[in-house]
Amino acid sequence: MMSPSASAISRPARRPAIDVSRLAPGAFGYRSIMFWGTLGIIFIEGMAFALTIGAYFYLRTRVHNWPPAGTVPPDLLWGTVNTVVLLVSTIPNELTKKAAERIDLRSVRLWLVVCMVSGALFNAIRVLEFMSLNVSWTSDAYGSVVWLLLGLHTTHIVTDFLDTGVLTVLMFTGPVEERRFVDVAENSVYWYFVVLAWLPIYVVIYWAPRLI
Amino acid sequence: MLGIAPSVLDPAGPQAAHISSLWWLMFWVATAVFVLVLGFLLAAFLRRPRARVPITADRTLTRAVAASAVVTALILFGLLVASMWTSRAIASLGAASAVTVNVTGHQFWWEIEYEDAVPSRRVTTANEIHIPVGRPVVLKVTSRDVIHSFWAPNLHGKRDLVPGITSAIWLQADQPAVYRGQCAEFCGRQHAHMAFEVVAEPQAQFDAWLDAQRQPSIAPAGDAAIRGRDAFMRAQCILCHTIRGTGAGALVGPDLTHVGSRGKIASGTLPTTAAGLAQWLRDPQHIKPGNQMPPSPLADGDVQAMAVYLESLK
Amino acid sequence: MSAASDRELPPLLEDAARLERTWAEQPGLVGWLTSVDHKSIGIRYLVTAFVMFLAGGVLAALMRLQLSRPENPLIGPDLYNQIFATHGTTMMFLFAVPVMQGLGIYLVPLMVGARNIAFPRLVAFSYWIYLAGCVFLYASFLMNTGPDLGWFEYPPLSEQIYTATRRPDVWAQLITFTEVGSLSVAVAIITTAFKMRAPGMSLDRVPIFVWAEVVTSFMVIFAMPAVMLASTALILDRLVSTHFFDVDRGGDALLFQHLFWFFGHPEVYIIFLPGTGIVSTLVGTFARRPVFGYLAIVLSLVSTAFIGFGLWVHHMFATGLPQLGASFFTAASIIVAIPTGLQFFCWIGTFWNGVPTIRTPSLWLFGFFSVFLLGGLTGVMLGAEALNSQIHDTYFVVAHLHYVLIGGAVFPLFAAFSYWFPKMTGRMMSARLGAWSFGLFFTGFNLTFFPMHVLGLHGMPRRVYTYLPETGWGTLNLVASAGAVFLALGVTVFIVDAVWALAAGAEAGDNPWEASTLEWATSSPPPNSNFIEPPTVAGRDPIWDNPPDQPVVVGLRTDVRDVLITHVLDAEPDHRIEFPDPSIWPFLTALASTALFVGSIFTPWAVVYGAVPVFITMVGWFWPKKPDEGGTQLWPIRHRTLPMPNEAPAGGTP
Repeated sequence: MMSPSASAISRPARRPAIDVSRLAPGAFGYRSIMFWGTLGIIFIEGMAFALTIGAYFYLRTRVHNWPPAGTVPPDLLWGTVNTVVLLVSTIPNELTKKAAERIDLRSVRLWLVVCMVSGALFNAIRVLEFMSLNVSWTSDAYGSVVWLLLGLHTTHIVTDFLDTGVLTVLMFTGPVEERRFVDVAENSVYWYFVVLAWLPIYVVIYWAPRLI
Repeated sequence: MLGIAPSVLDPAGPQAAHISSLWWLMFWVATAVFVLVLGFLLAAFLRRPRARVPITADRTLTRAVAASAVVTALILFGLLVASMWTSRAIASLGAASAVTVNVTGHQFWWEIEYEDAVPSRRVTTANEIHIPVGRPVVLKVTSRDVIHSFWAPNLHGKRDLVPGITSAIWLQADQPAVYRGQCAEFCGRQHAHMAFEVVAEPQAQFDAWLDAQRQPSIAPAGDAAIRGRDAFMRAQCILCHTIRGTGAGALVGPDLTHVGSRGKIASGTLPTTAAGLAQWLRDPQHIKPGNQMPPSPLADGDVQAMAVYLESLK
Repeated sequence: MSAASDRELPPLLEDAARLERTWAEQPGLVGWLTSVDHKSIGIRYLVTAFVMFLAGGVLAALMRLQLSRPENPLIGPDLYNQIFATHGTTMMFLFAVPVMQGLGIYLVPLMVGARNIAFPRLVAFSYWIYLAGCVFLYASFLMNTGPDLGWFEYPPLSEQIYTATRRPDVWAQLITFTEVGSLSVAVAIITTAFKMRAPGMSLDRVPIFVWAEVVTSFMVIFAMPAVMLASTALILDRLVSTHFFDVDRGGDALLFQHLFWFFGHPEVYIIFLPGTGIVSTLVGTFARRPVFGYLAIVLSLVSTAFIGFGLWVHHMFATGLPQLGASFFTAASIIVAIPTGLQFFCWIGTFWNGVPTIRTPSLWLFGFFSVFLLGGLTGVMLGAEALNSQIHDTYFVVAHLHYVLIGGAVFPLFAAFSYWFPKMTGRMMSARLGAWSFGLFFTGFNLTFFPMHVLGLHGMPRRVYTYLPETGWGTLNLVASAGAVFLALGVTVFIVDAVWALAAGAEAGDNPWEASTLEWATSSPPPNSNFIEPPTVAGRDPIWDNPPDQPVVVGLRTDVRDVLITHVLDAEPDHRIEFPDPSIWPFLTALASTALFVGSIFTPWAVVYGAVPVFITMVGWFWPKKPDEGGTQLWPIRHRTLPMPNEAPAGGTP
């Protein structure tokens, strides 16, 4: 029986061993526990989005008109523009991820700054989206659920923007060591989630009231 | 009339009877399973202590466990079939021209309205439902404020009263009696005091009752009742209550036109006697703290007179 | 297993002492606030949850006192409603889930042979936010603004128009406190169980308790967002006039019920499955053989979790659903009994082919078997839609839920406490006091709750602060209240036992129960680093299966918190990671978050302003220390060495 208890510290133990001293001090991708943590958050937030979309369609079944009479669907312009901006932002995002996996500090710095610019842009356009929803959250259940859905996603683009900002600053000021690049790569994964989660939400907010 | 103690296991109509049968089936199956499973567990402990059975004997165990799982699945499937059969039986109660009663839940009383094709023949009352024995009755239930639940266990399972949804329950009483029910969805401070009574009576008696309920209120006779009626019309009572045939026509609280004919007041809390009514009128917040009826600054003599008047509204 | 280098170990003396220093907590109050040790945090969770159990128990005692006779003037409706709602909220959110997670936080890393739990600062944070939730709820209750509409506060009653007090807001925000904490712990447990196992512990050798905690954590991740959404929508309706549940403006009261119960049903399995994990573990030990049917049990856990997500509408049968829907959910509710039944048969089979031993933990196990079985059977009754309409929302349900929750969680917990107390403290509890506490509790439990089945069948609804004498409910209520006295006595004896054992209990040694899982392969209590020499395993029951020359892991640094990360499927060593040192930031972040959550009850602007301190504390948490500030510059930037997903670990396989 193996029982290396505290009292056994005083007596030398000799037994076969597996030496892990030459293993790398970190890893990228799904081997990293940071990836698993990020995946956990993705599942949690993804579930929240899915349930909100479910609530949207449930509320649809409760009334005759959708949107209710007197309300027009949200304007397509800014929502569609922002969808494009979000999708385009995946390019600097991917480049950031690749640069991080090469442990190329200069490129990481460059592409993180570009990500921040795109982030500022889609956050700003998001304000315009709210202004062109054509309904208030106080009007009725339709208005409430549309604002909730857009608001939930906005929480994500704001926090992702801030997270990325903190990382960007860090990559410039230091201290930078190898495993910070794993953090950068995982941040890119989360950015992907935020962009991809937007696609069904965009369809629901902007197209569902026109189609159902 | 005979008041029946509420009980799921004392069915007085087809719906409750179906459910009661399902109960007994599930009860005996559950008892047998309980005794068997615990029996095996105790047997495992009470067998003579010995060395551990070698791992090869696990093969027999595998078969035993697998068989038990299959038996379990079969039993459960049987219960599922029984449940669905019961649900279908319950859904089959119906009639072309049934007595239709609209039940609307309020905090903390039951508004009862008997439908009729001729609007002037509709009857509005509160907290006490009369139904003819032996005939299906449909209750259409909804709520004016929060979620309540209508439950008279001797007659049927419960149904939630949800604002914005009208739900239909079919039930039937096969024996004349007074059946007690109570609100079964937490609805606020006085959820505990929101009971009702279902009075099942022979068709002729039911028709007579309904006819009497259609009449305007009985004019007060005797000094006390007259004084009581006058006090009622002067006080704030008329802001909430209706007594047809007088000037009181508000729809906030229970209709009092025939309150004296009901067995209980305040949703089954007090008897409809002069003493009970006086107790209620003196301070409703003391009997049901948090209910919607505010205390009235009435002189004691007025309270007594009003109680006599209301008791006379048969 | 990959080539083990047969290398003899040098004497450990210096290494061991340095290792222990590296993994030590800081002393004093600072140490308490900065701890990232899963053992300390786990014990804190357990103690706090037990205090909540006592608080909820006191509330229950008050309820029983009030209901002991009809029209009791002792407690009025306003106070009673706060008492029963706070009781339910406490037990479900502040006791049952946290205690199971706390047990997981303590045991999962030890059982898989790891040095700590994954994301230790996140776990520390989750404890502080949980504690804040406890304080928040009881401070509110003591200020007469505790929740008073039940543990699930249905609209429209909980809408502003019907309840203008702050009480529903307190309830809704408490949800936020507890769910943020629980979700964080769930992610940590899953990651630990999958990525930090001892080499050789392939997935089919993972202890059943760990499987139970993993499955539970997955359920937490998929279920808790639903209740967060429901409570958020309720707060929005109340605070900023949205109309999610307002039927006059297109909303729907039943939307809340769907969202709540989509969480609410998995919630009970979140509470129950770790209980079954405890039972499986203890059955193995007290039958002195490996649990029979490992695969069947693991598959039962997984299938219960899946099926459990498809049952929620059985809480809504009384709303008058279409027949087809009712039939589906009846079928699912009945079928979910099959996997649990299978577990029962495996456990009984283990005892049948083993050597059953009666000790305090196995006494409590007997309590589990009898009480939970009865509760499960009444559960099948409640799952049948036709019968449900009679017994839903009555004291029959109160009886059922206590039989399954106390039977399925509390009895296993008392078993777990008496079983793992020696490991956590190094002392044994008293067998005599253990038997007494079990006897009193078991008797009291049945006296209190069995009559409630009858009360429900006789028409007594739930959540009533009193009842009329003519209902005839007085006698059984009195019996139930008398039973509560025995329950309280049983719990008191248990507390006395624990306190006495801490002070003067017999020394436990490493493995007093001769159990098989890895936590028993280290000292009692374990050293700071959990295992001086991290173990490897050769079978499902390491202590019984490992040959005497089973290799240990060497080569992890002793001057930093070096942790081995392994592959998901076969636990082959993959790479190493430096784990964080003690940190004050989780505590500060929890404080800032608390301010945000509490503030947002009063004004929506709290979300905006409150976000600033939260952001600041999170930056502090994340920001790495410079080498001269005690951080390590272990791996300065150089030519890429960290391996990509599909590469062999750089530096060569050991």
